[in-house]
Amino acid sequence: MAETVVVDFPKNFTRALNDGQLRRNLRAAMDTLGMRRRTLFSDPVAFEQLRARGDAIRQRALRQLPELLERLETKCTANGIQVHWAETPAQANGICLEILRRHKATRVIKGKSMVSEEMHLNHFLEEHGVEALETDLGEYIIQLDHETPSHIIVPAIHKNRDQIARLFHEKIPDTPYTEVVEELNAIARKVLREKFFAGEVGVSGVNFAVAETGTLCLVENEGNGRMCTTAPPVHIAVMGLEKVVERLEDVPPLLRLLTGSATGQLITTYFNMITSPRKQGEKDGPKEVHLILLDNGRSKIWADPELRQTLKCIRCGACMNHCPVYTRLGGHAYGYVYPGPIGSILTPQLEGLDHAGAMATASSFCGACEEVCPVKIPIVDILRRLRVESYNKQDASNAVKGHGYKTNATESLTWKAWALSNAVPWINAVNAKLLGLLGPLLPRLPAWGIVKGWRQSRALPRFAGKSLHALAKESRIRDE
Amino acid sequence: MECTATMPDRPEKVYFFGTCLIDLCFPRAGMAGMELLQREGIQVIYPQQQSCCGQPAYNSGFPDEARQVARQQLKAFPQDYPVIVPSGSCGGMLKHHYPKLFADQPEAAEAQHLASRVFELTEFLVNVLGVELEDRGQPIKVTWHSSCSALREMRVIEYSKSLVRQLKNVEVIELQRERECCGFGGSFSVKQADLSSAMVADKVADIEQTGASLLLSGDCGCLMHIGGALEHRKIAIPVKHIAEFILERTRG
Amino acid sequence: MNSPRDNILARLRAAAPQEATSAREADAPPTPELGRADKIARFNRLMEAMHAEVLLTDSQNWRIALKDLVRKRGLNGLLYAPGTPLGNALEADWDSDLPPLVGYSQEVEQCKERLFAIDAGITSTKGGIADLGALILWPNASEPRLMSLVPAIHIAVLEASRIHDSLAEAMRQERWAEQMPTNALLISGPSKTADIELVLTFGVHGPKELIVLLVED
Repeated sequence: MAETVVVDFPKNFTRALNDGQLRRNLRAAMDTLGMRRRTLFSDPVAFEQLRARGDAIRQRALRQLPELLERLETKCTANGIQVHWAETPAQANGICLEILRRHKATRVIKGKSMVSEEMHLNHFLEEHGVEALETDLGEYIIQLDHETPSHIIVPAIHKNRDQIARLFHEKIPDTPYTEVVEELNAIARKVLREKFFAGEVGVSGVNFAVAETGTLCLVENEGNGRMCTTAPPVHIAVMGLEKVVERLEDVPPLLRLLTGSATGQLITTYFNMITSPRKQGEKDGPKEVHLILLDNGRSKIWADPELRQTLKCIRCGACMNHCPVYTRLGGHAYGYVYPGPIGSILTPQLEGLDHAGAMATASSFCGACEEVCPVKIPIVDILRRLRVESYNKQDASNAVKGHGYKTNATESLTWKAWALSNAVPWINAVNAKLLGLLGPLLPRLPAWGIVKGWRQSRALPRFAGKSLHALAKESRIRDE
Repeated sequence: MECTATMPDRPEKVYFFGTCLIDLCFPRAGMAGMELLQREGIQVIYPQQQSCCGQPAYNSGFPDEARQVARQQLKAFPQDYPVIVPSGSCGGMLKHHYPKLFADQPEAAEAQHLASRVFELTEFLVNVLGVELEDRGQPIKVTWHSSCSALREMRVIEYSKSLVRQLKNVEVIELQRERECCGFGGSFSVKQADLSSAMVADKVADIEQTGASLLLSGDCGCLMHIGGALEHRKIAIPVKHIAEFILERTRG
Repeated sequence: MNSPRDNILARLRAAAPQEATSAREADAPPTPELGRADKIARFNRLMEAMHAEVLLTDSQNWRIALKDLVRKRGLNGLLYAPGTPLGNALEADWDSDLPPLVGYSQEVEQCKERLFAIDAGITSTKGGIADLGALILWPNASEPRLMSLVPAIHIAVLEASRIHDSLAEAMRQERWAEQMPTNALLISGPSKTADIELVLTFGVHGPKELIVLLVED
């Protein structure tokens, strides 16, 4: 990575938790998204069946990943799409810039793409004198405010209409203040239409890439994605290399799962399937289409059968919408591109536990994310694995980047003592007795360490005078 | 690895796994659970060799220590009896995580064997014993908290609630966000104390708006957490484990 | 130095193959096969729910319906595809008091300004999908991609017999995998967004209106 981001998680979390406006904006939005999803998938049996299908498709794709990537490359190339491979975001950015330079392009219009966020593409292009304009309404809003997405599907969800009204009024010339959503929308339409007209290169992400046909599938509602991939003479699509699927027939179930899980829609306004650049005789569409396949640590994740499940993700965002932690923090507090439950398993693997390991602790393991995940990613199991790796100093081949960063004698000893006490019955009995005797004193002890954290909002538990072991014995409940 | 619960016929004997939290802080809930089983004519065995399921270490990133403790439980419950657990969380650990924890260990088969015999208490009372409850208590309004593991891992919430609904003088007022976590999550509650506090604050507000005079749950972890938060805010709503509540309401 | 491609594939190859599992995959839930009337009804209901306007008509009357709506809206022109069956039908019988028919007959580079200024476009469709409420469009040399995107009003003509039960069925029946076009599209309504407070608003960057002339055939 070109730059190492240092994220102060505790500070971010505290700031987010104290932001009442943010909490209200998020809560309302996540409730709505959750409700819409429930309405669409109202038949639990059919949903289970559908997601079992989605899971199987994604597993099959990952199982054959190297072959499918090669097949995708061969097919795309035969169709006239130029395929590029990038191990790092820096390489991917370099490829983009080279294409732009070849076309002497300085105006890029962008459709929504999380991988381009992962590459920090906008920042990179601006540094090289290229205007990279986000055209998805949500992305446009946050770009105006020099922010990053706080949600992978609804990137400006942390803002309410007043905030957006003020932003438009201040940042877009000759724009009167209005809080009417339709009017805000019309303002953006007007500004961006000129940009679509003048855009020299369009950049987009990819939702699914079909190896069988060499087709890039894009899901969207606004039409900006179609604009970016149709109006300019050059289209660059960037995708994480895990997004490949084997067959065209794999697409319909995944599409249904994606739009339903994300926003409760049966289908988005547009489903855009691109298989080649403009052919001889065709009157529009880009003359060049480039596909950049980005690794950025994915091949390493893929090598471990448990962690590989992370790569099944189809980026629907449902895990965020249903996460009690995300709902209270919003995406920015996580500090990296991918927030919420999926971000908490993906980011530490991409960036290293030593940088982002704290994300794996920001979960109560409630499992709400797994319950809604359309491809059955075992998010809690992977979070648990990351916690293990955080303490694991051993250099195994499948160890997660930055592993062992948390190893410390105090915690290790504490757990060793705990294990001893719970594995040896007589120590356990003595302990129980001691706690029963000393328990009443606990609230009077000074608050330190974990007790301090607990007592910030909760009274200490009371230890019973007699343990269940003792009561059972007294009541002559059989012990065998 | 799915352990599908095949419900046994009514057994003569069952094991009772009390859980460490009940052992130390809520022993009356454990005793009540055993009495409910005995009252149905079941012989209850409480192995004194038992301790903790191992979940605290397991979820904190210390699988070796978790395994060390889990091994002790494998030893403590060797016979072919059902193992009844008055907790969705600890039950979930035994049932769904022991097979994973011991997957490549010599005890793999033992762990599977134990997992296949684990039942959450209310699930067992309803499904296997078909208990019928006669309410002898005064009218009361209660609310119900579903623990995440009872809800999503053990999937037993409907059994628990069906038992409470059998009590004719008990009015259950549902929480607005029943499916939302209270923020306990074991070590999460102290390692991410701010987040956990924010979650439990919302849970407490939800409980208050029901107007209930008692909070019930099938998991003492959540009860300790929510109860502690209620007490911290000096809100006079007591918390109680479902087993204790049912026993009190139906005792002659 | 190896290329990024070689490095990535080498890393993947070094780790593969770990699983040889090829257990039978779960099937997708079945889509009910609907009769013709039910299919049309479902298609209509879903499209209208997404704010598309569906006008039921037949092969005798569709042009009347079209002229009627074009007249009412006072458009500055109607973008169409000359040389296609639809284009020919329009040319054959277009009244002089109607907004002019404007052919998309040059490459976009030559006509971009006109394209971005015209009020409405009319296209044919390849079919419809009942269980999604969506149109299938396969733009081609005579009926280019931007026709259904740039004008504020998109009018689409769909023969009722071409409505499929599901996307999967359409793909299978028409053997899409063997002949994917440059661009294949599903369109379920006018463009929309919910990016501000999740308030659903229609007419963002794509068309503000989608009107489907559903022709009973």
